[in-house]
Amino acid sequence: MPVERVLPSSEGHDLIELTREIAAKEVAPRAAVEESAGRFPREVLRTLGASGLLGLPYPEEYGGAAQPQEVYLQVVEELAAAWLAMGLGVSVHTLSCFPVAFYGDAGQRERLLPGMLGGDLLGAYCLSEPQSGSDAAALTTRAVRDSGGFVVNGVKAWTTHGGVADFYTVMTRTSDDGARGISCLHVPAGTGGLSFGAPERKMGMRSSPTAQVRFDDVRVPADALVGAEGEGFKIAMAALDGGRLGIAACAVGVAQAAYDAALAYAKERRQFGSRIADFQGVGFMLADMATTIAAARALYLDAARLRDAGRPYGTRAAMAKLFATDACMRVTTDAVQIFGGYGYVEDFPVERYMREAKVLQIVEGTNQIQRLVISRALARD
Amino acid sequence: MNIVVCVKQVPDTATERKLRSDDKTLDRDAADGVINELDEYAVEEALKLKEAHGGEAAVTVLTMGPAKATETIRKALAMGADKAVHLTDDALHGSDALSTSYAMAQALGRIGFDLVVLGSESTDARTGVLAAMLAERLGVAQLTQAKKVEVSGTSIAVERVTEYGYDKVEATLPAVVSVVEKINEPRYPSFKGIMAAKKKPVETLSVADAGIAADQVGLAGAWSEVAEFAAAPPRGAGTIVKGDGDGGTKTADFLVTKKFI
Repeated sequence: MPVERVLPSSEGHDLIELTREIAAKEVAPRAAVEESAGRFPREVLRTLGASGLLGLPYPEEYGGAAQPQEVYLQVVEELAAAWLAMGLGVSVHTLSCFPVAFYGDAGQRERLLPGMLGGDLLGAYCLSEPQSGSDAAALTTRAVRDSGGFVVNGVKAWTTHGGVADFYTVMTRTSDDGARGISCLHVPAGTGGLSFGAPERKMGMRSSPTAQVRFDDVRVPADALVGAEGEGFKIAMAALDGGRLGIAACAVGVAQAAYDAALAYAKERRQFGSRIADFQGVGFMLADMATTIAAARALYLDAARLRDAGRPYGTRAAMAKLFATDACMRVTTDAVQIFGGYGYVEDFPVERYMREAKVLQIVEGTNQIQRLVISRALARD
Repeated sequence: MNIVVCVKQVPDTATERKLRSDDKTLDRDAADGVINELDEYAVEEALKLKEAHGGEAAVTVLTMGPAKATETIRKALAMGADKAVHLTDDALHGSDALSTSYAMAQALGRIGFDLVVLGSESTDARTGVLAAMLAERLGVAQLTQAKKVEVSGTSIAVERVTEYGYDKVEATLPAVVSVVEKINEPRYPSFKGIMAAKKKPVETLSVADAGIAADQVGLAGAWSEVAEFAAAPPRGAGTIVKGDGDGGTKTADFLVTKKFI
C-alpha cells in the first residue's frame, strides 16, 4: 500500500505519482543487484534528472521546479524507500546546489544554476576532512589567493559522489580565523590537480561512491568563490540544516520499506497454525514500527513547513534528523527480527535496510551532534 | 509534418479485469485505467519523428473513450505531444473493432494528418486490426508491426517485424503506422511536462461533431457480438518431469506437445 500523503497542491500529487512510477520501474528493481555489486548507476540519476527531480526546491527561472520543502522531501522519501543510494543521491545533489542558489551572486546563479539543476549534472558536497568531522570548523583544506583566483590544497573525506560528480561545492580555509576563516568554492570536475581516493568499502550504500577528494594546487578563478570570503561556515551550516531534513526523509523512506516488507511477511508466514502477524509479540512490534514511522514523518514535515514558512527551522530539523534516523535503525532491526533467519540473508531486502539505516545516524551531523544542536538551542532561547 | 498518435485507455493488466454482466462490455470501474502500453511506444516514436523534423512537425493525440480517458490524454501530452482530440460520446459505448475504425477514421479526417501512429495492438481487446482498418477506411498506405520508422520528405520506410526477421516496407505519405515494443524506449514525462500538459489544448468531439452516423457505432452498430463469457479457469497443477537420464528428452517432448518447440 502506498503511503497516504497530504500534499499542499495538485501538482505535488502529480509529482509524487511521477516519482512512484519511476521508483517502481527504474529504481527499486535494480537496488539489490547494484548494491551487491557495488556499482554506481549514473544512468538512474540521469533518468531522475531528465524528469526534473534534481532541482525540485529551486526557482523556476534557473530550471528548478519551485517546489516547497514539504513536497520535495516526500519525493526524497519515496526514492529512498525504493533505493537509499538514489534518495540520498538526490538529497546530496540538492544540498550541493544550495550555496550557489542562496549565496551566489546574480552572475553565478545565471551561469551555474541552469546546468546544476537541469538534470545532466551531479553535485558533491565537500565539508568533512580526515581529522575534521563533527568539529567542522577545524578544517584545514586551504585556498590561497593567487593571480586573481585561488589555489587550493588539502584533502576532503567521506564525499558522497566523490570521483563521479560533475561539480564539487567545497568548504576551504581562507584565513586562520577559525569558523570565520572558511569560504565556499565551486569547483568543476576535471579541474587540474583534483584527484580522488578509491571508494570507501562501506557497510551499506555500496552503490553510492564515497571517496576522499584531494586538492593539489587546484586553481580556480575568483568567481568560484560563493558568498563572501569568510562566509563559508555560515553557508555550510545553513546547507546542513536543509541536508538534515533530506536525511530524515531518507530515514523515513528506508524505515517504511522495511516495515512494508515485515508486515507483508508477517501476514504470510505461518507458524503453530497461525499467521505470525496474529501473535501479539509480532503484532506489537509492527504496531510500534508503524507508529514510529508516522511520528518521524510528521516531525520532518513539521520542520519542512517551518522552513517553507520562512521561519527558523534548524533546531526542528536537528530533532527530525535525530528522531527519524534512530527510528529507522530500530524499525529496520525489528524488520530483520520479524523475518527471522530469512531476514539475515541477502535473498530478502531487510538486511540491506538495516545496514543502510546505520549510516543515517552518522551523516549530516552524528546524532550526538544533533543532540548538541538541540540542547544548545534550548539553553540559549 | 502533421502526426496523429492514436492512444487507448485500457484496464491495468496488473489488476483483475472484468466484463460487465449486463451488456458484456468492459467493466471500466473494476480496474485502473492506464495508457495501452504499445501506444506509449507510438507516442515516443511520434515525438522522435517530430524532434528529427525540428519545429516543422506537430504531434496530436487522438483517443476514443469515456470521460475517464482524459487521464491517458494527459499522459501523452506530458510526454511531449502538442495537443489532443478526445472523441467521446455515449453512442460510442460498445463499439467493436470495425465500428471503432469507422469512428476514428471520421475523426482523423476532421483533424487531417500526414502520418498516423498507433500501437500494433491493445492489451484489452487484442484484435490488432485497427491500423489496417484505419488505412483502408482512409485510403492511405498501411505499414504495420514496425520496429523502425524513417520519414524523409513524403516517403516513409519501416522495418516490419515478421516471424523470420523483418521486411523493409516503403510507402508515400500519408500513411498509417503501427509499432511494436522493439521500436524504442518510451520516455518518462518530466515534472515540467506534466505541468505544461495541463495547459495544452484538448478538443472534445462528439459523434455529431465528427460526422459519425450514430447507428454505425456503439453496441447497435457493432458487426461482432460477445455471445457469452466466463471467468478464466484457475491454473491447474504443473507437470513435474522426473529425469532418469532422459529428463531432457521428456522436457522437449512436453514442449513439442505445447508447440513451444
